[in-house]
Amino acid sequence: MEYEAVIGLETHVQLNTKSKMWCGCANAYGAAPNTQVCPVCLGLPGVLPVPNEEALRKTILTGYLLNCEIPRFAKFDRKNYFYPDAPKNYQLTQYDKPSTANGFVEFEFQGGLSRVRITRAHLEEDVGKSFHFDRNSGVDFNRAGVPLMEIVSEPDITSADMAYEYLNALKDILLYGGVSDCDMEKGMVRCDVNVSVRPVGSTGLGAKIEIKNMNSFSGVRRALEYEIPRQIEVVKKGGKLIQSTRRWDDTTGITEEMRTKEHAHDYRYFPEPDMMPLAPTEEWLADVRKLVVELPLARKQRFIREYALPAADAETFKNDVALGNYFEPLAKQSANPKALANWVINNLRAKLTETNEREKTEQAELGIEPADLQLTTLADLKFPPAALLELVALVEAKTISSAAAQQVFAEMYATGQAPAAIVQEKGLAQVSDTGAIEKLCDEAIAASPGPVADYRAGKAAALNALKGYVMKLSKGKANPALAGDILERKLKA
Amino acid sequence: MPNALSLNQLSISELTGRLARREISAREITQACLDQIARVDGTVHAFISHNPADALAQADAADRELAAGVTIAQKPLLGIPIAIKDVLAVKDHPLNCGSKILGKFVSPYDATVIEKMRAAGAVIFGRLNMDEFAMGSSTETSAFGITRNPWDPARIPGGSSGGSAAAVAADEAIATLGTDTGGSIRQPAALCGCVGLKPTYGRVSRYGLTAFASSLDQIGPFTKNIEDSARVLGVISGLDPKDSTSVDVPVPDYVAALDGNIRGLKLGVPKEYLIGGLDPEVKASVDAAIQQYLALGAEIVDISLPHTDYAVATYYIVATAEASANLARFDGIRYGQRVDGADPLELYTRTRGAGFGAEVKRRIILGTYVLSSGYYDAYYLRAQKVRTLIRNDFLAAFKQVDAIITPTTPTAAFKIGEKSGDPLQMYLSDIFTISCNLAGISGISLPCGFTTNPKLPIGLQLLGQPFGEATLLKLAHAYEQSTPWHREKPGTLA
Repeated sequence: MEYEAVIGLETHVQLNTKSKMWCGCANAYGAAPNTQVCPVCLGLPGVLPVPNEEALRKTILTGYLLNCEIPRFAKFDRKNYFYPDAPKNYQLTQYDKPSTANGFVEFEFQGGLSRVRITRAHLEEDVGKSFHFDRNSGVDFNRAGVPLMEIVSEPDITSADMAYEYLNALKDILLYGGVSDCDMEKGMVRCDVNVSVRPVGSTGLGAKIEIKNMNSFSGVRRALEYEIPRQIEVVKKGGKLIQSTRRWDDTTGITEEMRTKEHAHDYRYFPEPDMMPLAPTEEWLADVRKLVVELPLARKQRFIREYALPAADAETFKNDVALGNYFEPLAKQSANPKALANWVINNLRAKLTETNEREKTEQAELGIEPADLQLTTLADLKFPPAALLELVALVEAKTISSAAAQQVFAEMYATGQAPAAIVQEKGLAQVSDTGAIEKLCDEAIAASPGPVADYRAGKAAALNALKGYVMKLSKGKANPALAGDILERKLKA
Repeated sequence: MPNALSLNQLSISELTGRLARREISAREITQACLDQIARVDGTVHAFISHNPADALAQADAADRELAAGVTIAQKPLLGIPIAIKDVLAVKDHPLNCGSKILGKFVSPYDATVIEKMRAAGAVIFGRLNMDEFAMGSSTETSAFGITRNPWDPARIPGGSSGGSAAAVAADEAIATLGTDTGGSIRQPAALCGCVGLKPTYGRVSRYGLTAFASSLDQIGPFTKNIEDSARVLGVISGLDPKDSTSVDVPVPDYVAALDGNIRGLKLGVPKEYLIGGLDPEVKASVDAAIQQYLALGAEIVDISLPHTDYAVATYYIVATAEASANLARFDGIRYGQRVDGADPLELYTRTRGAGFGAEVKRRIILGTYVLSSGYYDAYYLRAQKVRTLIRNDFLAAFKQVDAIITPTTPTAAFKIGEKSGDPLQMYLSDIFTISCNLAGISGISLPCGFTTNPKLPIGLQLLGQPFGEATLLKLAHAYEQSTPWHREKPGTLA
């Protein structure tokens, strides 16, 4: 019998608000332990939570970006459990009345479009972080009270690869919406996975097993690549899986049982009495809707459609938003957006990367910290965007050859000088004067008996050597197509 | 003047007048309170601790402000010593909530009410005894010893704000702050013979009040008379950005409302409050108060609050459920007393086992139980529904009447130890006060007579509309001014 996996993901995302969820403490990563704390986020006696409106706004915006419904009534609840990193020993979360519900994410997978339904995206608070030393432990509460959004998917995912693509698509959407910085290394995105297996064709669900402790998307994929065959193996051998929670060990690459259903926590949820329920007004929601941005997939599809770009180029502009934003206004004015895209991706981006690498080395030598590096960006370019358009037009009009265009680009990148001026100054205009090229072709034929013989013997490719000779003689200015025609005519004569 | 009262026996109104006329100094007032504490608190034990030097320094600062021309209009409590229940956070003061579990904890911040009273010029001093985490009706559950009723030291002062009531009754402070979750201001005020006001839920910020039951708790004043109650309420009320359950309703001039004109106001007498356990002397005093209101021109209307019978049960589900979560933070990890263990769970159980008293543990267990999976709907959810019915009872009644008149307690102060072995009997002593918190409305207790042998104060309770404190105070003031009770002082300590 064949088995298939049924996977749902719970993704926790830290929102990039300036301050924490219930107090004015900074929401910033990396400060010395317990320096971004106050009576409220330490849970001292007598304090009360006051919700951060920006966090609510970003949660609702996420709801819109994930095609969710926005209930007009939501509330916070207390989730009760004791743990040293939880200052109040209850976590404020949204239990049965979340701020957003019933949406979906669409993404490319295996050459087609996949859709994963979103059960809900709700708001809660992050907890502190425990550290264990030789003889004791400590807790850093800087993270306690940071706004945390939990995005729960329906069990629509069927493979490890699909889970991986879903997570990347989700991350792209959150970055586009500006709701989270999604820095995995700083723990801004954390995942729990629910996975079960069932015979292909069955609609029932097997025992749900939760896996915790993956700290990267590839960790999620690896955990599933381990866990799915493990479960199928158990079932095939006639064993029985029970509802349980397992822990992924990234070093050994296996999952281990943490607790079974009998030992599951009773969180004793009840409505948070320290806060009023949330009832967003239509006016407030309308303001949030103004923040809705084009989704990554929609942007990619639009770039393909409107600028006739190959999928790979559109994918580049989807992933590198700044580069895409540089490209798009120029593309609207360009007669050949595909050629423009080539210049932006293959020349401009490459050059910028090269510059940045040099800057990193230089600044590192000066002892500048990685966080303080000053790198050149698209906004710092010496030439105006329109100059690139002009350069492409010069090539299109055959005023300069592609080889000359490379020289012009290098010069405008270095100095900011206008392309036409560079062409004139350096005498790079393409020579399309037949008489002049005929002379050069004669010279080339005379100087290259080998290729000439080869060509005449039927090796068409030998023409390229002769053409290259002509280009060299013309210092790159000869019109290569014209040179080819003339050479061909002369050799066949 | 053989019968002249000493400064600590005077009201805020009298003292601020004399301060303004520069007849006395703030230091003299504070010193008089400190002297009285030295004289009587060995018996009464209203205070867990107090810092005389700090109090006098604040009084001196008030004197400097008075000398510099700051007026009472600008700072309505300038130079008035006000003592604080041990459940409210005062910067750099100990905060124990009547419990061992907080150990040597000192609050790093001021509650909003404390900030407001400081801004009004008050001298904030002392930590007043209370039932542990405000759980109790007699102040016997305090980890810091019992407080005695100034009218009879063999009796309890009521609770949970027993220290706050006793301190005012014994003239150890001019006024005090307490908190009321199910009657914890009104019941001790009644048993100690002073004025205790529980404002509408949301009227006064709870920021800095160590929560017992978040949806029921309110901070309110204990005072020697109604006018003082109006003065303090005016200072501590109002919207607070730090408490999202505080409400943006304008704060009226409560003192200006005390015009004595209650002609035509309607007082409702709920038939459900005439219960079997009501002491005959208490009943007689309340009946006499009703007659007095008629004489003052008010109308008396019979009303019904049909869900009254369910109030105590509802209260002990809602309050304990909230408390079970609110008290979870006292775990020995970040602050307070810790009893170490091999792992976090052992540390928690040892710390909480040693730190909490029996009544607190009883309520945490009860609250944990009613929220448990499988029981939530039967207990917590149902209690919330009944709570709505109780509130609706009151809102319906307030369509007919301006306020409701009842006894504050079924009996006068009982003896120390008399009910401490029987939690249910103790819970029933709050039977008249609990509904007010469930409904979120306002309530006040004021003296309306004494039992004869022994002579113990009897309290009259007035319940008012949400944000109806001005009417409540006006009604209470008219009665007070036409009766002698508030002028009586306990004899045993004088």
